[in-house]
Amino acid sequence: MAEIVGAYFTSHVPAIGGAIHKGLQQEPYWKPFFDGFHKVHEWLAQVKPDVAIVFNNDHGLNFFLDKMPTFAVGAAAEYHNADEGWGLPLYKPFAGHTELSWHIINSLVEDEFDITTCQKMLVDHALSIPFELAWPDVEAWPVKIVPFAINTVQHPLPSAKRCLALGQAVNKALQSWTGDERIVIIGTGGLSHQLDGERAGFINRDYDTFCMDNLSVDPAALTTDSIHEMVRKAGTQGVEVLNWIAARGALGQAPVQEIHRNYHIPISNTAAATMLMEPA
Amino acid sequence: MSGPQNVSEPIPGTHLFDGDAAAKGFELNAMCYSFNNAANRQAFLDDEEAYCAKFHLTPEQRKAVAERSVLGMIAAGGNIYYLAKLAGIFGLNVQDVGSMQTGVSVDDFKAMLLAQGAGRTYDEAHGAMIGKEKVHG
Repeated sequence: MAEIVGAYFTSHVPAIGGAIHKGLQQEPYWKPFFDGFHKVHEWLAQVKPDVAIVFNNDHGLNFFLDKMPTFAVGAAAEYHNADEGWGLPLYKPFAGHTELSWHIINSLVEDEFDITTCQKMLVDHALSIPFELAWPDVEAWPVKIVPFAINTVQHPLPSAKRCLALGQAVNKALQSWTGDERIVIIGTGGLSHQLDGERAGFINRDYDTFCMDNLSVDPAALTTDSIHEMVRKAGTQGVEVLNWIAARGALGQAPVQEIHRNYHIPISNTAAATMLMEPA
Repeated sequence: MSGPQNVSEPIPGTHLFDGDAAAKGFELNAMCYSFNNAANRQAFLDDEEAYCAKFHLTPEQRKAVAERSVLGMIAAGGNIYYLAKLAGIFGLNVQDVGSMQTGVSVDDFKAMLLAQGAGRTYDEAHGAMIGKEKVHG
C-alpha cells in the first residue's frame, strides 16, 4: 500500500522566486526565511517521496472569473507554468500522476464532493515556488503531482471546515489506493498578509501562531471561524491558510507530530512560514 | 447578491472580492487577465486608450486606470491578483502597491512591515507609519 510520509507547508510569495533567481538566499533580508529549508531538504532526502498531493490556489493564470471552481483537481499528464504578467522566471513543468488523480476524483465524488476536474491546468508561483524551495537545483522534479486548486480569490470561499473535510476525503481515497508510492502532502500560501485596500500590509503574528500551534494537534480549532472572521484575522490573502487546512486533512485523522517550524516577518508583505509534519 | 457573510461586522480598510465586486469589475479584471501575454502588455503601453476601449472598461474603471489609482480600481471591482498584472507593466511590486493604497512612501510602507517583524502589532506599526507621514507631510 502507498505510504503517506508526511506533509510540507510553506508560503509561496512570488518575490521568493525572484530571490532564488538572483541567488539572494544568504542576503540578510532573505536568510531567516531560506535557512528554514535546510531541515526540509534533509527530511525530503530521508523520506524520499515520489508523489506529491498539492493544495494551492490559482492567482489568475489558469482560472479567470468567467469560470471559478471552488475545488479543482488536476488530472493531467503534465502541468506547465506560464507568464504570469509580472516578470517572474518561467518554472519547470511537472509530471502528473493521472491514474492517482482519477482514483482520488472518483473517490471524492462518491463521497459527495462536487469537484471540478481539469485535464489541462496551468500552475503558477503558488505551486512552483514551494517546489523550488524544497528541491533547489534539480533538473526535473523528483515527484509526480496531483494538484488541487482551492478558490481563495472570489467570495464566497469554501469554509475552513469544508476544506478540512475535503482533505480528509483525499486521505480516505489514498487509503484505498493500491499503488506503492511514497506520498508527500503539500499545502502552500499564507500565512497572514493583505495586499489590497487601506489595510494593505496587515500581518497578525498571534493568529499565525494559533494556526501553527494547532494545525498538527487540533486542526478543527482552525475551522471554527467564518471566512469573514478569517479575513479579519489573517488578511484578505491570509485566507490561503485554507490550503494548509486541506493539506492537514489529507494527512489523516491519526495523530500527527510537528517536526519543523520556521516563521519570519516580513517576506514582501507576508508573514512567511514553513512547517513539516509526520505521522506520530 | 448579498450573502450571509455580508451581515458580519465590516473589516476596516478591507474590501472583500464578492459576487457584487466580481460582477462590477468583470471588464477591468478581464483586461488585466489579458496581461499574462507579453504582446498584450505591449499593446496597452502602445495605446492605452484603445486597449481599454477594446475591453469595454466602464467610465469609473477607465478613470481609475488613467489615474493609476489602486483604491479606485478596487472600488470599481478590480481584484488585486489581476490588478497586480497591470502594476507589473509599470514595474511596480506589492510594496509599491501597498504604498499607493496607504498614502505613504514605499520606504515608510516597508518600515511598517519590518516593524511588525520586530514585534510590533499591525496597529502599532501602522499608527507609527501614519504619524510619521503626518510629521513629514
